[in-house]
Amino acid sequence: MADIYDKFSDKLPGRILEDIKAKEKLEKLTTVELTKVLERVSDEFEKSKVVPGEAVGLVTAESFGESGTQMTLDVFHFAGVSELQVTSGLPRLIELFDARKIPKTPEMEVQILSKYAKDEKMIRKVASKLKELTLQDISTEFSLNLMKGNIEVKLDLTKVKDFGFTLDEIEKTLKEKLKKVNVRKLTYGFVFEAPEGVFELTELHKVKEKVKEVVVRGIAGITQVLPVKVGSKTIVKCAGSNVKDVLAMEEVDSKNVTSNNLFEILDSLGIEAARQTLINEGLSIIEGQGLDVDVRHMLLLADLMTNTGTLKGITRGGIAGEKGSVLARASFETPIPHIINASISGEVDELKSVIENVMVNQPVPMGTGLPNLVFGVEKKTKELKTEDKKENKEKIKK
Amino acid sequence: MVDIFLDEKFIGSVEDANKFVSDIRTSRRNGDIPNTLNLHYDEGSDEIIVETNKGRVRRPLIIVENGVSKLTEDHIKRLKDGEFNWDELVKTGIIEYIDAGEEEDCYVALTEEELTTEHTHLEVSPITILGLCTSLIPYSNFGSSSRLIRGSKIQKQSLGMYSTNFMNRLDTDSNVLHYPQKPIVKTFMHDILNYENTPSGQNFTIAVMSYEGYNMEDAVIINKGSIDRGLARSTYYKPYKLEELRYSGGLRDEVGIPDKETKGYKSEKDYRHLETDGIAYTEAKLNSDDVVIGRSSPPRFLSGLEEFSVAANIRRESSSYLGEGASGTVDMTYLTESNAGNRLIKTRLRQQRIPEIGDKFASRHGQKGVIGMLYPQEDMPFTESGITPDIIFSPHSLPGRMTISHVIEILAGKLGALDGTYIDAASFDTPSEDDLRARLLELGFRENGTETMYNGLSGQRFKVKIFIGNIYYLRLKHMAANKLHTRAAGRVQLLTRQPVEGRAMGGGLRLGEMEKDCLVAHGASLLLKERFDSDKTIFHVCEDCGMIAVYDNYRHTAHCPRCGASAKVSPIELSYAFKLLLDEIKSLGISPSINLEDKF
Repeated sequence: MADIYDKFSDKLPGRILEDIKAKEKLEKLTTVELTKVLERVSDEFEKSKVVPGEAVGLVTAESFGESGTQMTLDVFHFAGVSELQVTSGLPRLIELFDARKIPKTPEMEVQILSKYAKDEKMIRKVASKLKELTLQDISTEFSLNLMKGNIEVKLDLTKVKDFGFTLDEIEKTLKEKLKKVNVRKLTYGFVFEAPEGVFELTELHKVKEKVKEVVVRGIAGITQVLPVKVGSKTIVKCAGSNVKDVLAMEEVDSKNVTSNNLFEILDSLGIEAARQTLINEGLSIIEGQGLDVDVRHMLLLADLMTNTGTLKGITRGGIAGEKGSVLARASFETPIPHIINASISGEVDELKSVIENVMVNQPVPMGTGLPNLVFGVEKKTKELKTEDKKENKEKIKK
Repeated sequence: MVDIFLDEKFIGSVEDANKFVSDIRTSRRNGDIPNTLNLHYDEGSDEIIVETNKGRVRRPLIIVENGVSKLTEDHIKRLKDGEFNWDELVKTGIIEYIDAGEEEDCYVALTEEELTTEHTHLEVSPITILGLCTSLIPYSNFGSSSRLIRGSKIQKQSLGMYSTNFMNRLDTDSNVLHYPQKPIVKTFMHDILNYENTPSGQNFTIAVMSYEGYNMEDAVIINKGSIDRGLARSTYYKPYKLEELRYSGGLRDEVGIPDKETKGYKSEKDYRHLETDGIAYTEAKLNSDDVVIGRSSPPRFLSGLEEFSVAANIRRESSSYLGEGASGTVDMTYLTESNAGNRLIKTRLRQQRIPEIGDKFASRHGQKGVIGMLYPQEDMPFTESGITPDIIFSPHSLPGRMTISHVIEILAGKLGALDGTYIDAASFDTPSEDDLRARLLELGFRENGTETMYNGLSGQRFKVKIFIGNIYYLRLKHMAANKLHTRAAGRVQLLTRQPVEGRAMGGGLRLGEMEKDCLVAHGASLLLKERFDSDKTIFHVCEDCGMIAVYDNYRHTAHCPRCGASAKVSPIELSYAFKLLLDEIKSLGISPSINLEDKF
């Protein structure tokens, strides 16, 4: 049996062979039957391969473009939780393909290690460790003393108690995070003073804003938490994202942390993780709209956006601005600067891609326009010599 | 203290805002203050805003005091007897006009039954929350709002009698329906608007079913027999006008059959309908390219000397003639004078428009569609009593759009047609659907409006009962005859040498950006090239400098004016638009060059 598989090892990829091997044992196929199966499969495999000259990029663009027309333009709100809203559909897809630095609604899903999620109380504790809590959230009043040049903060003592703080703890974190300001504890709050004694008037306001935003507990950026049980796993859904700090927490299962902020993933986990996130996000948006786009389109797009080691959007500043042809770039956006810059460096357009050839009315080097037939006329011999002049060296990028 | 602003200007302040506002209102109702004044107290900004400006939208409401409407039965009786009129209602403080600002202070009841002591006003009728066109839609409270909006828009496009003196008018592109009917299912707004004297639709017998597939995707099938009997037939009027213009130097246009020497003389055949005065005779049947009014103009741009030359005396042809695909009968000619005092000729053409495939029809519920097929009466499905529908409407148009009003109108229309009554279907206060059903049952029909029907082609009985009834249908002004267009070759633009745009010009049919993408995706590279060949041109390019060379059409030689006769010049095929792009780049001060190279 094994030698039959060997025969097909160069025709079919290993994974398909593995699949057939697994099925074959169940079906109890004979040698003849197995050969037939393998022949049929390799025929089908051959047929489903992309042929040279196929406009894969354009078909990808069409696949997303067509389904894009059917997507909603709304932002959905979760029932019951008014603050937890999600950008979905077309706005999110555009955000993703443009590779925006910060998504409109950053989100994270954090899995908690099971030893920290034994009961509801423990889970709630971890969740509250994730959620950012600023000084503003637990205080009632910020007052500026212009004469003394300091800031006085009155804490909401019942809230402080509810969150399980002591004033000493808060003082410690404040001192850690505000290095340039002196912190003095009172019975009902804190006084913030300049190291030299008196703040300048303009500085006073700046410091006040800074003091308000000091995170006394939790992770900066995470504004909402919602713990959910998925099977045996405990997952905390978070509005807001901060991958780096979440990964550092000991309660978190660092292998199961996801974020929709591509650039945070890129910074902390690298380009491959960013690529995978891009694919997952893209597919989930399309699925969420009840549409169906083949994975391979998403794969192609993700590869295109990440193959340089950084994330690049399909924008003027990203992929589309890096096309090899002057005419192609000029036809996308802002034609005049492109033409002027090209003339400064004396650029030559080789007319190798689609748009340029449409412009000069020549056959586009795709499909039937790709192969050329060359034969010697003078010799008048019947020897015809075919030659694929342009191999599909470069996939057409769009 | 509360500040008062009169027309956005501060005029003073008062202690008790609510008392002030109610005092002003009382004196307005008493007629001491003009009733065009509106005011309200904005609690948010704590100020009183008084408006007397023009341009505010206001609507009438019945005043309510202590939960009792000020409009009594006695008033209504006197109104009916003509002792009283609307203006007096307003003057005596029974009805007042409220603007958007004052509305914030009001609590308006929709019907008299729901009045409580808290209410300040009562709607004159619930239907006043709708506009004029929307209130003409029957059972509109059963339809979704987006469909009502579409329904209103559609009614504005329907053919009917747009004006009773249409015979004497010369509107551009007007249509008149031949046998307009009163709607069986109507609202009282039809009476108020005098709709029934100039209606704009007909009562069709409608079957809701799919038949042979020609009514999918919003298309409708229409009975050819009904059309032959005059259903939805209309006349299309189009005037052609021409002015005898005067130019400097005593030159002027001449209306008449142009001389054969005239520049641009069409052909004798094209002028055959013109009488000696140069205007086509009444009842002349014209087709495309035929001249309606003949005219010749003096030559343009005459300089002093040329005035005496022979060539200068040749006049230009400038007649008014029918465009591509147009035809019609001369209906009437007006001879008059333009504002500038020139002789003005207007000739109106008339054309009977019999419904054909592609003409647009709609019900009043935003359910529009074009004719997909005309079936002869014998091929239409028929009921047990031998009734064939005028129109077959697809059931797939209903669930997604939720136009329940459309369905109820069919049922009500059926009842009205059988009963010989008009059905009142005004919004919010209509007799219930159960009532319609009961009356239909009384007449011996199935209460849900369905009937057993037979296939007109095979004679077989349909396995399901078909919903059949009557509905008021509108013929819309979008007709296939005005839009049909094809082109193989024709005029091109001067600048780009690409085909001109638009039907009137005999323009090309554009293969757009996304259509181009489809061809590329299929790899049909050479087909794509052929489709974009419309402006292809052969240029000679200098191989030394890469600039476009000069071609001598007499000697059939080309040379590069920049590099001299020695430079090699080769012909290449390019789109003219690309040459234009190169020229525009040159105008930026950039010199683009074409480097030629053997293709193989």
